Amino acid sequence: MVRRVDPDSRRFRDIVRGKIRENLKHYISRGELIARQGKNSVSVPLPQIDIPNFRFGKPEQGGVGQGPGEEGQPIGGEEAEAGPEAGDQPGEHVLEVDVSLEELAEILGEELELPNIEPKGTDSVHTMKERYTGIDSQGPESLRHFKRTFKAALKRQIQTGVYDPKNPIIIPMRDDRRYRSWKTQSIPQSNAVIIYMMDVSGSMGNEQKEIVRIESFWLDTWLKSQYENIETRYIIHDAAAKVVDAHTFFNVRESGGTKISSAYKLAKEVIEKEFPPSEWNIYPFHFSDGDNWGGDDTTLCMDILNEQLMPWSNVFCYGQVKSAYGSGQFIKDLREAFPDDDRMILSEINSRDEILNSLKTFLGKGR
Amino acid sequence: MFENRQLTPRLEELRTQIRAYAVDFGLDFFEVIYELVDYDEMNMIASYGGFPTRYPHWRFGMQFEELQKSYSYGLSKIYELVINNDPCYAYLMRSNPEVDQKLVMSHVYGHSDFFKNNYWFSKTNRKMVDEMANHAVRVRRHIDKYGLDEVEQFIDVCLSLENLVDPHAPYFGEHKTSSEESREEQRLAATGTKFRTKPYMEEFVNPPQVLAAEKEVRLKELDREERFPAKPQRDVLTFLINHAPLRHWQRDVLEIIRDEAYYFAPQGMTKIMNEGWASFWHSKIMTTKALDSTEIIDYADHHSGTMGTRPGVLNPYKVGIELFRDIEERWNTGRFGPEYDACDDYSKRQSWDLKLGLGREKIFEVRKIYNDITFIDEYLTPEFCNQSQLFTYKFDRHAGNYVIDSREFKSIKEKLLDSLSNMGRPVINVDDGNFKNRGDLHMTHQYQGVPLKLDYARATLENIHKIWSRGVHLETEVDGKRKLLSYNGSRHEEKVLG
Repeated sequence: MVRRVDPDSRRFRDIVRGKIRENLKHYISRGELIARQGKNSVSVPLPQIDIPNFRFGKPEQGGVGQGPGEEGQPIGGEEAEAGPEAGDQPGEHVLEVDVSLEELAEILGEELELPNIEPKGTDSVHTMKERYTGIDSQGPESLRHFKRTFKAALKRQIQTGVYDPKNPIIIPMRDDRRYRSWKTQSIPQSNAVIIYMMDVSGSMGNEQKEIVRIESFWLDTWLKSQYENIETRYIIHDAAAKVVDAHTFFNVRESGGTKISSAYKLAKEVIEKEFPPSEWNIYPFHFSDGDNWGGDDTTLCMDILNEQLMPWSNVFCYGQVKSAYGSGQFIKDLREAFPDDDRMILSEINSRDEILNSLKTFLGKGR
Repeated sequence: MFENRQLTPRLEELRTQIRAYAVDFGLDFFEVIYELVDYDEMNMIASYGGFPTRYPHWRFGMQFEELQKSYSYGLSKIYELVINNDPCYAYLMRSNPEVDQKLVMSHVYGHSDFFKNNYWFSKTNRKMVDEMANHAVRVRRHIDKYGLDEVEQFIDVCLSLENLVDPHAPYFGEHKTSSEESREEQRLAATGTKFRTKPYMEEFVNPPQVLAAEKEVRLKELDREERFPAKPQRDVLTFLINHAPLRHWQRDVLEIIRDEAYYFAPQGMTKIMNEGWASFWHSKIMTTKALDSTEIIDYADHHSGTMGTRPGVLNPYKVGIELFRDIEERWNTGRFGPEYDACDDYSKRQSWDLKLGLGREKIFEVRKIYNDITFIDEYLTPEFCNQSQLFTYKFDRHAGNYVIDSREFKSIKEKLLDSLSNMGRPVINVDDGNFKNRGDLHMTHQYQGVPLKLDYARATLENIHKIWSRGVHLETEVDGKRKLLSYNGSRHEEKVLG
């Protein structure tokens, strides 16, 4: 069935994907990706093309609103469109919606066209799980199924002609008793651990951390939708590395030099101690501004990667956040050391707008 | 695809009932043709601005995607869609429960009455459904001939200028051009206006010095007319259509864009009134006639959803319906005119009731001749502002958010009128089509305190240049200074004016 609107939709999508009409590229907005205000409220990405025209610069404009509040109090939210019908007024194109994290992951998967991840270890790792699957005529009294028991008694009474509809008294006998029964099933289990590593040296500013925070949130959301059990570990490092909780991870600001190898070493130890690679899907993510202290340390990093981290991991992801101070060298080193290795995914994130693309790079392979 | 869009027998029955109620209440509407559609058809029609037959363009696809997404994530759904046309077309969502269908039908009769009777709609094309289809045929023909990319790119350029029209232009007669008489003749004929009188009164009724002064003014005007355009022209689109060096098909496309802009303009000019009026009548019809007692909760839920306000956002439905109710109440009780205004006894004002019963008559009159600006100007009262908790807000640079600025009647009214004037868009005039005597285009932004978004302004200048093909200039105010933004086809310039 071809709808009248389809050609126009296709044309729009082609423009957004940059296939045609280069001149419009400048006006494409990706829409906001995340605003985790409240508990699970997010913004759905919604690409829009804004045709330029003469309009007012916004912030100063102000306007008239309606509602309670004292003078000088902030009003809730930005200016937004009103009325339920499709109007001719352009509005802010961020849709705020309450969704669960599962839905969120689904939306994300849909928007980014992410493949489902193929977990490793499904054949080798099993857990035994008991499930009520049927009804049996024997069993412990505590599992007696009353409804089925009485049904059986009723059947028997009707069959034997004892049942009197005018005086419907049903008395179950020993043989009528029914019990819930269970089976033990072996369920392939897939566990995953995400190890976030972040460079917190002096050159990583607030904006860089914010980018890491947003990116990690989405990574977390997506991987959680793919695995039942997901563990996370957070490692921060400057010249030395330590394992921290999530709050510290996102808020701390250390300063000083950078030794990336310290983080990799620590990650190695964590994996060895807690997450045997044969049973766990391991996702190390490392975010840094690409500044490392000296070539020796970089060589050490490559060794750890080559011998331990890479073989153990499903995929090793390195995201380089652009910062005013970082040299951005490390990603080049990685590229050199692991050419064409598809266990290694590299992504450069220059600004918030690029988070979406970076996510797609990280998760698009479905490993 | 071509599923039956006809109303079901039950809906047809409801339609007949509600139509009769609407007629009883005195509504005078274009006949309404209802069509029953699914949500994706609804979204599709809405994304074409209500006209499924419109010309192809990616932005309709964009709007469709947005509507589909917000519908499927449960963010919004379109309740009503009604087209200003004779007959009116309105769309009902197939999946809506009966009470919603009734509500929408009642609402739509309100809109249709407004379209038919409001003065500001009087110049719109009432056969727009056909006209839009014609536009589509024309655009498709150009596409066949010149290629999709070329035509689409030009449409994008035109859309960038779409808002440079003069919404009031259709209500004045055609501009008389002075080309019929030669300029010299006009110069000779220029005199002051003489009033007829008896000879002995001549000197007093038509004093010679006044006539001489008037003649002077005329001559000056004539000199000015040698400029081009003679007067600053707000309808930039028409100016470009008439004078820009366009190819035939380009002119045709630009005319289409202009015609559609003028067709939609009154809907922007009467948003508050139009929605207010329709809501007033759906509320009246539903609560006094059409509503079944089992439906009351659902109705209340949906009605209040439509009327809901969020802090910082003015809901035109809400403000509109409340103002109409306020006017009806005031004219019923006689709370208007000098006597009421002069009364400063609070309790007396509160219990003021002359039992005039003029309310209904008054609101019908109001819906006939006002638009949002005159409506607010005339009928917004301090009491109303107070009751509706209106406030003005501004951007607080320090806090980085919007804060409530004032609850004072005067500033609310000012701000509201400001935001409504020219539908919240900057006013831009063409005032010289031969700027610097080299065929450049000079425009002026009528600065009223709010600066333009500069990157957009520059991009728009580039688009105007594509049409005008010589240098384009825009005079505006930036950071408190008069500036001239110029684009000559390769580079932008900015000059501070003395």
